[in-house]
Amino acid sequence: MNTTAIPVARLASVVKRYGALTAVDGLDLMLHRGELLALLGPNGAGKSTAISLLLGLVRADAGQVELFGQDPQQLVARRRIGVMLQSATLPPTLRVGELIRQIASYYPAPRSVQESAELAGVTDLLRRPYAKLSGGQQRRVQFALALCGRPELLFLDEPTVGMDIEARQKLWAAIRHLIAEGCSVVLTTHYLEEAEALADRVCVMARGKIISEGTVDQLRARVALKRVRCITRLDIAAVSVWPEVVEARRDGERLWLSTASAEALVRRLLDADAQLSELEVQRAGLAEAFTELTREADASAEPQREAA
Amino acid sequence: MNAVISTLPTTHADTRMPLRRVIGAYLEEARAECLRYLRSPGFLIPTVMLPTVFYLMFGIVLGRANGADAPRYLLAAYGTFGVMAPGLFGFGLALSMERDNGLMMLKRALPMPPGAYLLGKMVMAMLVAATVSVLLLLMATFMAHVPLTAPQMLSLFVTDLFGVLPFCAMGLLLGTLIKGQGAPSVVNLIYLPMAFLSGLWFPLSMMPKLIQQLAPVWPSYHLNQLALSAVGLGQSASWPHVVTLLVYTVGFVMLAARRLRKFG
Repeated sequence: MNTTAIPVARLASVVKRYGALTAVDGLDLMLHRGELLALLGPNGAGKSTAISLLLGLVRADAGQVELFGQDPQQLVARRRIGVMLQSATLPPTLRVGELIRQIASYYPAPRSVQESAELAGVTDLLRRPYAKLSGGQQRRVQFALALCGRPELLFLDEPTVGMDIEARQKLWAAIRHLIAEGCSVVLTTHYLEEAEALADRVCVMARGKIISEGTVDQLRARVALKRVRCITRLDIAAVSVWPEVVEARRDGERLWLSTASAEALVRRLLDADAQLSELEVQRAGLAEAFTELTREADASAEPQREAA
Repeated sequence: MNAVISTLPTTHADTRMPLRRVIGAYLEEARAECLRYLRSPGFLIPTVMLPTVFYLMFGIVLGRANGADAPRYLLAAYGTFGVMAPGLFGFGLALSMERDNGLMMLKRALPMPPGAYLLGKMVMAMLVAATVSVLLLLMATFMAHVPLTAPQMLSLFVTDLFGVLPFCAMGLLLGTLIKGQGAPSVVNLIYLPMAFLSGLWFPLSMMPKLIQQLAPVWPSYHLNQLALSAVGLGQSASWPHVVTLLVYTVGFVMLAARRLRKFG
């Protein structure tokens, strides 16, 4: 009965170094059945390394990596996953149908070529050689290859790069269909709206660690905050305890405040300091919140590096 | 109790693979690999054309001028020359390219049976080697009128067919060492000089002493000695050459496996 409690994928205190570079630095990650986890982060944050660890492509220097409670380097564990990598050149002279047939043969109970093609929306391309397809079509074929083995866990690395809006939405619909069937998904993407449209849970990575984790709503809540900047004599310690203030910090002579109610905060600031100047109020978009999150992580890592 | 159990999420259809499907995966991989290269003129034309056209020119058109045994000698030599290419290019070059373009990484992430990748490429190389061998035998028989007995033909065919394997192994090792744009020239820089130095284009007896003494270093020299024996021009016992080729094959594979484990 314990089998039901085993997470689909798990990283526990994982460390991976490449020479002097620590790509993944004490990473903890857990994925459950039927869940879509979006992994976000700037380039070099350690997303690809995290995925490579879960796929068994690289071995961790420390910590535990498990797929269905097993070592990902075990073939039996990987028979339950489907993979769509960001950069893989498939044999150009093979036809789409032949590619699906080839990849499906690796799995114990795969979908038929027809079913895979229908799910990925490539039925009209089955007889075409891979090299003759457009970038977006090739991406859809790679998606068909990822799902043809009837996987319980899908790895999708930037799946919609190069797709037009319509194709992207079709792919999203297909992903939702698979999740409804109980499939779990690990998604990495640069498109925040993609994470927003699909993810149950979002993990933001920076410098090999997870710096923010939560539901899309929770991330959005952070985004709903507004940023107030001004030059003031007010003491940061005093301001940071105001109920309107979520977060306060000082940047040179400026005070930076995050708030959910900008109007109330601005009124209070002006009342408290008549000489206040350079007042700015900004709305943070999803992308800005994301950049902000990762920049905060960078800033907090700075002193440590200097100490080291 | 039963009700409780049935509400538990079913642990997925078993991930054990029936033997029939495992074999199926190997066959599919080999099939895809063969199809892929048969449709790729950039690979197939040079590998099949080079030895056959050379044989036509030097073995048949100019052959008699070089002595009565020249067409027979060159049948063996161009056979050897012909089977080196699918091993070195079909295996080595393909591997280095696939390490470069991400296909290798995708296949390692997928649950492909470990040997299927190598076996698929091996089958493809053997198929091309067999084609070259048959074409040369047909040309020798019908165009050069080399009198060959059936056992001689069969013996040369089998030598060529399995003779591709040491070069697959060598290609495998090369594929783990070289990467990127320069890879084709590197393979050619090994392939062509090695063919020349093994006496495949001109008999070793016409070459300087040093080259003659160096010849046993090259795997292609040993394969050529076996091919010469097969067509009745053997000068020495076959078994030392067979053993040498086996040692080369195992050595190359072991070195390649070590590099693959280390660097992927």
